[in-house]
Amino acid sequence: MAFELTAERRAILDELLPRYPTRKALTLPLLHLCQEQEGWCSPAVVDYVASTLGVSTAEVQGVVTFYTLYQQKKVGRNVVWVCRTLSCELRGAKGIQEALEKKLGCHAGETSKDGEWTLLKAECLAACGQGPMVQLNDEYHEDLTVEGLDALLEGAKKRADERKAVTFSPVGLAPRGEK
Amino acid sequence: MAVERVRILTKNYGTPESWTLAAYLKSGGYQSLRRALEMEPAKILEEVKAANLRGRGGAGFPMGMKWSFLKPNPGKPNYIAVNADEGEPGTFKDRTLMELDPHRCVEGFLIAALALNVHTVFCYIRGELVLSIRRMQQAVREAREAGYLGSRVLGKDFPLDVVIHAGAGAYICGEETALLNSLEGARGEPRLKPPFPAVVGAFGAPTIVNNLESLAAVPTILELGGENFSKLGRLHHLKDGGVRLYGVSGHVNKPGVYEGPVGLTLRELIEDLGGGVRGGRKVKCVVPGGSSTPVLREEDLVHAPDPKSVLHAWHGKSHFDVPMGVDTFRALGTMLGTCCAIVMDDQTSMVRAAENLMMFYAHESCGQCTPCREGCAWMARLCRKFARGEATERDLDTLTDVANNIMGNTICALGDGAAMPMLGILKLFRNEFEEAVRTKKPAPELR
Ligand SMILES: Cc1cc2nc3c(=O)[nH]c(=O)nc-3n(C[C@H](O)[C@H](O)[C@H](O)COP(=O)(O)O)c2cc1C
Ligand code: FES
Repeated sequence: MAFELTAERRAILDELLPRYPTRKALTLPLLHLCQEQEGWCSPAVVDYVASTLGVSTAEVQGVVTFYTLYQQKKVGRNVVWVCRTLSCELRGAKGIQEALEKKLGCHAGETSKDGEWTLLKAECLAACGQGPMVQLNDEYHEDLTVEGLDALLEGAKKRADERKAVTFSPVGLAPRGEK
Repeated sequence: MAVERVRILTKNYGTPESWTLAAYLKSGGYQSLRRALEMEPAKILEEVKAANLRGRGGAGFPMGMKWSFLKPNPGKPNYIAVNADEGEPGTFKDRTLMELDPHRCVEGFLIAALALNVHTVFCYIRGELVLSIRRMQQAVREAREAGYLGSRVLGKDFPLDVVIHAGAGAYICGEETALLNSLEGARGEPRLKPPFPAVVGAFGAPTIVNNLESLAAVPTILELGGENFSKLGRLHHLKDGGVRLYGVSGHVNKPGVYEGPVGLTLRELIEDLGGGVRGGRKVKCVVPGGSSTPVLREEDLVHAPDPKSVLHAWHGKSHFDVPMGVDTFRALGTMLGTCCAIVMDDQTSMVRAAENLMMFYAHESCGQCTPCREGCAWMARLCRKFARGEATERDLDTLTDVANNIMGNTICALGDGAAMPMLGILKLFRNEFEEAVRTKKPAPELR
């Protein structure tokens, strides 16, 4: 199935294009935009990015596989990244991951059966002074305790009901101050 | 003696809506940009040189000197690439500037652009930092509406754009040439140097790459004058000047980002700023400036009887009492790095700590160079064996060997950044690895 950006997202791309000296430079921003709409970097997305920017699909696919934020398969409605790097680990990150695995019913690297959650391990997310921490879609949640996780997850579900985007993306509609 | 509290870079932290243009203007914002518009570019460069600002991204290169290496190429524009990829484990300082004072960052970019005859600044922010990205985008929008950038800068005929570019999750993109490849839309694989970015950088054009905090200090450098800025630090005499952001994380009571003069000691950072070690325990060791910097212990004393040594003034003192400077810490056999320390208490298993760090590098190696790609993964597997109590005597030799064979054999410094802390831990805590071999017991988990 072919992929097309929505007009709103296409407008973001059109605003960015003249600010870069090459079209290829838009590869990362455009993949972000597409992923926000589609939920992952599907083969159709890769084709679309390649033809829109005039680069080969091999190059785009190479970019998709290089960067952790690009999803290579469908993910849950909510994506939880748990930081397991040293500073967080010294403050109990392992316990947070284990509690999340129980609550979400899936292991790190997996999506829950109901499609609600994807749990992933992350490397240092630049919040080392506030560990343990998770990135839940586009938000950081810091100084976590196991007791606080339920409220956190409930809040995320609610926000996912309201949001326009399929998944989080740093470039897209939401960053423009819209939902 | 408690450390003097400095509020210069962090002046606006805590102000309501500190990220808005209105708040920034109220605090005297964009006055330095007005000053810069009255100055010759060469004069701005002179002030930046006098400021003795050593790059805040980890390598500690003098910012003024780097700027003077920019080699304009007729037919190509000059660019600035701001490094806001903040990915070095333990480092979480640039994020606070972007979230709490984005206009200070933008003002710094604009002044640098005037000094370097740059019409496009690319600010590369790691993709996970969504709040930082939003705040920086908003700041650029507000600055454009207010006429600080766009087709003219405050009425001066100097078109200037700041493009906020989101990364997509890859530690290696903090390495300056990987960042440039990533900005150009490719995989973040580092380039061979030379040519250096100041000669051939982004899109084949001369490019200055600076850390975000380095540039965020520029408005203050013009406000106070370069030399006065330098003298705010304690290592002015070593040409390592100004104020900077410190981070402290791990087993301290008050982890966080704090501002201080250049040259605080680790003891001050841990005790005065970090509130001391959790539970009143003792420190086992500290990763001084991001995970690539070899650990230091309190009980190790400076040996510098030679009066010509940079460390002579601290001869016989604890490593924790040496001021944190680029040259002082290099002389100690470690690196200042990003000045963000990870503190580990006396219950910490260094075998587990090494395992954790090596897993990071194994995951983040870009895969271009064999010694790094294979070596980091190999070190991680070996550390895991030690942590599980499955390692043999020979594994200890292999681990040392692998680390030594990464050093200096790769295109970029990621490999060294993994091997150095590994060798540092093996040097100071070899006994813990030997004990793992002897007892065959799993090491205690980190907590
Ligand atoms: C593996 C690796 C990762 C790096 N990550 C960062 C980073 O996240 N942020 C940064 O500013 N510099 C990072 N650096 C250092 C940059 O290559 C470069 O030295 C720096 O951005 C220059 O800016 P400065 O002179 O203002 O410090 C990294 C270097 C290496 C080798
Ligand atoms: S170690 Fe977890 S955010 Fe840095």
